[in-house]
Amino acid sequence: MPPPVIYELSHLQALEAEAIHIIREVAAEFERPVLLFSGGKDSAVMLHVAVKAFAPARLPFPVMHVDTGHNFPEVMEFRDQRVAELGVRLVVASVQAAIDSGRVVEETGPRASRNRLQTAVLLDAIEHNRFDAVFGGGRRDEEKARAKERVFSFRDDFGQWDPKNQRPELWNLYNGRHRQGEHIRVFPLSNWTELDIWQYIAVEEVALPSIYYAHRRRVFERDGMWLADTEHTTLLPGEEVVEKLVRYRTVGDATITGAVESTASTAAEIVEETAVTRVTERGATRGDDRISEAGMEDRKREGYF
Amino acid sequence: MELLRFATAGSVDDGKSTLIGRLLYDSKAIFEDQLEAVERTSLERGDAYTNLALLTDGLRAEREQGITIDVAYRYFATPKRKFIIADTPGHVQYTRNMVTGASTADLALVLVDARKGVLEQSRRHAFLASLLGIPHLVVCVNKMDLVDWSQERFEEIKAEFRGFAMKLECHDLSFVPISALHGDNVVTRSDNSPWYEGAPLLHHLEEVHIASDRNLIDARLPVQYVIRPMNDEHHDYRGYAGTVAGGVLKPGDEVVVLPSGFTTTIAAIDTADGPVSEAFAPMAVTVRLADDVDVSRGDMICRNRNRPHVGQDLEAMVAWLTSESSLRPGAKLAVKHTTRWGRALVKDLQYRLDVNTLHRDEAAPELTLNEIGRVQLRTTVPLFFDEYRRNRSTGSFVLVDEVTNNTVGAGMIIGPTEVS
Repeated sequence: MPPPVIYELSHLQALEAEAIHIIREVAAEFERPVLLFSGGKDSAVMLHVAVKAFAPARLPFPVMHVDTGHNFPEVMEFRDQRVAELGVRLVVASVQAAIDSGRVVEETGPRASRNRLQTAVLLDAIEHNRFDAVFGGGRRDEEKARAKERVFSFRDDFGQWDPKNQRPELWNLYNGRHRQGEHIRVFPLSNWTELDIWQYIAVEEVALPSIYYAHRRRVFERDGMWLADTEHTTLLPGEEVVEKLVRYRTVGDATITGAVESTASTAAEIVEETAVTRVTERGATRGDDRISEAGMEDRKREGYF
Repeated sequence: MELLRFATAGSVDDGKSTLIGRLLYDSKAIFEDQLEAVERTSLERGDAYTNLALLTDGLRAEREQGITIDVAYRYFATPKRKFIIADTPGHVQYTRNMVTGASTADLALVLVDARKGVLEQSRRHAFLASLLGIPHLVVCVNKMDLVDWSQERFEEIKAEFRGFAMKLECHDLSFVPISALHGDNVVTRSDNSPWYEGAPLLHHLEEVHIASDRNLIDARLPVQYVIRPMNDEHHDYRGYAGTVAGGVLKPGDEVVVLPSGFTTTIAAIDTADGPVSEAFAPMAVTVRLADDVDVSRGDMICRNRNRPHVGQDLEAMVAWLTSESSLRPGAKLAVKHTTRWGRALVKDLQYRLDVNTLHRDEAAPELTLNEIGRVQLRTTVPLFFDEYRRNRSTGSFVLVDEVTNNTVGAGMIIGPTEVS
């Protein structure tokens, strides 16, 4: 971004500065931080900011992907390419491996999802690698339970979040103190909205997987969402695969993440679409969030992202 | 586009959540699926209106009990500004959340029920806003429809509030008569209050001047992290990364590093986007110095002739935030101030302040949850601090329990302890 000319920061400059401050605090105070990097847009932005926080030095911690095995190939390609460019270490926590070893049991049926299995896999990986701080790209505007979460979010030795007993968080004085076995989830993008993310992507030219931009894809309609026809998909009676011009607003498990119809092929065009959109990105595109009014709160309590 | 952070305070019945719901809804920050979910829930609960409060009450216990438990952050933008709302519960047991939400706010919005007038709680919120150094205070006199839009009633509340606010440090105070439920004077001017000459609330939020609230005088850079790439390309690079906490830093400035006292000049101020000619709060930058001096995290870079206080004895207003313990003379706690951790001993509790009457109780033996008092501390390491009223970044600290690791106290520095 160009340097400010008057003693005033734009909202994107202020949000970036806040995120850099948070990331540097973690690097300075924790022994084994890790940054969750799925290849999705929020984690791509978070990684971009993290790299800027330590320039010209390299990122001083590894990145981790909790891999459901239900991936969009474009996203995996992007993940590997970014990791190679930056020369950072990638830790993969595999849901498939956990299923194969019997650590977790997969749901069955056409509506089966690996969403909840990610929690156990994530917590195992944190414990195994002894990570004490885990950066997540979660934003408070995404969901009601997230709106209540601290930037430094304490997790007990079971990885659990207790929303009614959170540490007060004042000024920019973050308290990351914890005992062995406990850890802190850190959300540097807490105060960003979906629109801020896209504006930042446009201004900073942050690279993203191609599926965030309009492309032709074979999809079918379920629960009011356009789902991709993947190798893991089982169609229900009456569901029909059609080809549409779509883009993704979020990228999660390929079997339950919905696409939206769009012709936006650049970040600037997506900024325009986002500014007038009337449905939240999670409401529009995430089957995993439709569990119940308190779906996210319950999953977060268990240790979800 | 500028960013404005504001905190809202009010009780369960003041209609605070409704007001926020209204701001979000009328500024089109609410999405259809969110509104549908709220309409569905309202219908199930038998509410007569679509209960906009449900937009902000996110946790299950909150929806069940109809109260707000914790600080909730909300976001909306107009073509003029981006807004971050820290929505804090008003009821007495959660004052600690108001302190949390208000610590970074540029503006506080206090709600008063037009029928009930200025309650103890309204006074408490105004006091906390002034204690936390929030520069602008807006009082929304809500439920004006229930007092027939009486100008007399509005003026009465205004006069009473002003009378109380005179005792506080509050430089910019304004009043808006509103009905959050019906949207009068929230986003657009209401026909119900022809006598009101001020702007609707949103207009005020868009226009209030905040740029000069920051300290651009006292240059302060608490060193957060030392950047040493240690590769061939940047073999000798050594940069001191941090968030500017006050003043303006420029290459060529003569600076001193605390606590060592070494003086040198700023060789360059780097960012990932390239070097900059000036850095001011709250920019996150990396400073390189002309001389090879020893600098590490927790040190402070400032101008040679404008230094903060350096010392281990200080006086502060402390808000106690836990029910697990109390603050008593003799207590030992961890303290975090800027990027520096140390330990602090509570030397003396000078008085406990009644946040409703502002009465000072000098006989109080301790501070318990949600209590505020003036405290003398001695720290194990020297801190580099300013008065909180002069600089909210270098004038604030948190106290942490060394056993539970919980954040238990919030401190606003008055100054070095006077030697008597």
